[in-house]
Amino acid sequence: MAKVFEKPASFYSEFERKSAGGKKTTHYCPGCGHGNVHKMIAEALEDLGVAERSVFVSPVGCSVFGYYYFNSGNVQSAHGRAPAVATGIKRTNPRAIVISYQGDGDLAAIGTAETIHAANRGENISVFFINNAIYGMTGGQMAPTTMIGQRTTTTPRGRAEVVHGNPIRVCELLATLPAPTYITRVALGNSKQIMQTRKAIRKALQNQIEGKGYSFVEILSPCPTGWKMDPTDAREHLVTVMEEVFPLGVFKDRSDEVEANAWDRTSEPFDVAKRHEYLQAMQTPLSLDPVELPLDLNCKFAGFGGQGILTLGLFLAQIGMKAGHQVSWFPAYGPEMRGGTANCSVNICRSRIGAPTVEHPNVLVVMNQPSLEMFEKDVRDGGWIFVDSGICTSEPDAKRLKVTMLPATELADQVGTAKVANVVMLGAICAATGIFSADYVKDTLRVIVKKRDLLEMNLRAFAAGWDAVAARRGQRS
Amino acid sequence: MTIQTPFMEVDAELCKGCQLCLDVCPKSVIAISEKLNSSSYHPAYYTGEGCTGCGLCFYACPEPGAIRVVKP
Repeated sequence: MAKVFEKPASFYSEFERKSAGGKKTTHYCPGCGHGNVHKMIAEALEDLGVAERSVFVSPVGCSVFGYYYFNSGNVQSAHGRAPAVATGIKRTNPRAIVISYQGDGDLAAIGTAETIHAANRGENISVFFINNAIYGMTGGQMAPTTMIGQRTTTTPRGRAEVVHGNPIRVCELLATLPAPTYITRVALGNSKQIMQTRKAIRKALQNQIEGKGYSFVEILSPCPTGWKMDPTDAREHLVTVMEEVFPLGVFKDRSDEVEANAWDRTSEPFDVAKRHEYLQAMQTPLSLDPVELPLDLNCKFAGFGGQGILTLGLFLAQIGMKAGHQVSWFPAYGPEMRGGTANCSVNICRSRIGAPTVEHPNVLVVMNQPSLEMFEKDVRDGGWIFVDSGICTSEPDAKRLKVTMLPATELADQVGTAKVANVVMLGAICAATGIFSADYVKDTLRVIVKKRDLLEMNLRAFAAGWDAVAARRGQRS
Repeated sequence: MTIQTPFMEVDAELCKGCQLCLDVCPKSVIAISEKLNSSSYHPAYYTGEGCTGCGLCFYACPEPGAIRVVKP
């Protein structure tokens, strides 16, 4: 039977990116190695019978347009992220044959983390790493794999070890990891090397088809344009110069040891219906009517970390949001989870909020003495100030401000736990300012208090704060 | 009539004139045309005799569809 070497069928018959006339050629420069590797991958996909279920993940770099060539599934990933994208595709589509095709800038510079971790997880993907020791697409800058002495546009005097470090040998790095199945470096310098490359590509794909895990094929490839050489000299340069720095060979091969399908890991596909379900669950259903806002509130809440200062702000902001107002919540705290100082700014406004910070509040809640001393002077004339009278030792200026002295922590303790002192304060704020009715806040708390078993205690704490203030005005909650 | 002898052929319009096929051909039966194609490259062509159908030029060629080799 006749043997015919011709354009593999897993290429598109026409390459749509090119304008009329050149629709059957690639965008690569004459003599570029990408074309050779594309051809051998396409041929392998066809010969192995997996073209129909393969997904080619294109990188950023010259080969960014892979999707114009391969008649397969195609995803173009963000710079360097191809192995992460390939991981996701493979795990959710375990039958897909996923190819992460990357250049040296993509794989060994910006994508170093993704490269190492995908290898370390032994993802069942095939990574093809085109190493031409230069950033090709952007105009020949130094890459992580640029060789010592090599002149590039960013190393016009040649890469120097003391300034730029040494070229990274990715195969050798990855071979130290236990998980990868197959790691090899091949080249495109002459026919013998090209045929070895062809073999390595097929093996990397075969491993994936058999579910044997991570295969990595580094291919030393010429960049005649970036290297400023004619195509044949560039091939010669691969053999005489580049191989010295990047020795060819197999750095790891456990293909025969790993059992078939040992690396199959399937994640449930994240389908649209599921996503809606998640979003629904995150939404807090509330069908209360919007409440008219009598005035804009610019609040500052301050105290020790752990007193629920930030949560108080969050509650009030959420209540305001549910009521249909513009709100902001802006926390400020130290690194301590407990015991440091904490404060937050909350705005509840009728019009759009510019800055989320509050320098001159009209509502100030202080739950410790330092906060009272620090923030009292900032409150606008006639503003409200709420002080935990059980904790603070002095009283604010009652001539200038509307002062509410309230033993919030003690009241909370009587309700069940001192932890709900913040909600006692919330009750006091609402009662004193008249911004929201008690019923409205209670209905909202039923929705926003996440721990159901604490809801009743929170409602009682709110009532305690409200009642303490309302009693002075003859109102009850 | 069936083809009896192996041959290679170049689609002159798809060739970028890199000459890698000339370089790898063990029989040196590929040459470069003096004419330019419409992309201003001097394309390679088969001199017409001596091809063994080894396919090395096919793999050396970076263009997916420029070279076709038939080995009966």
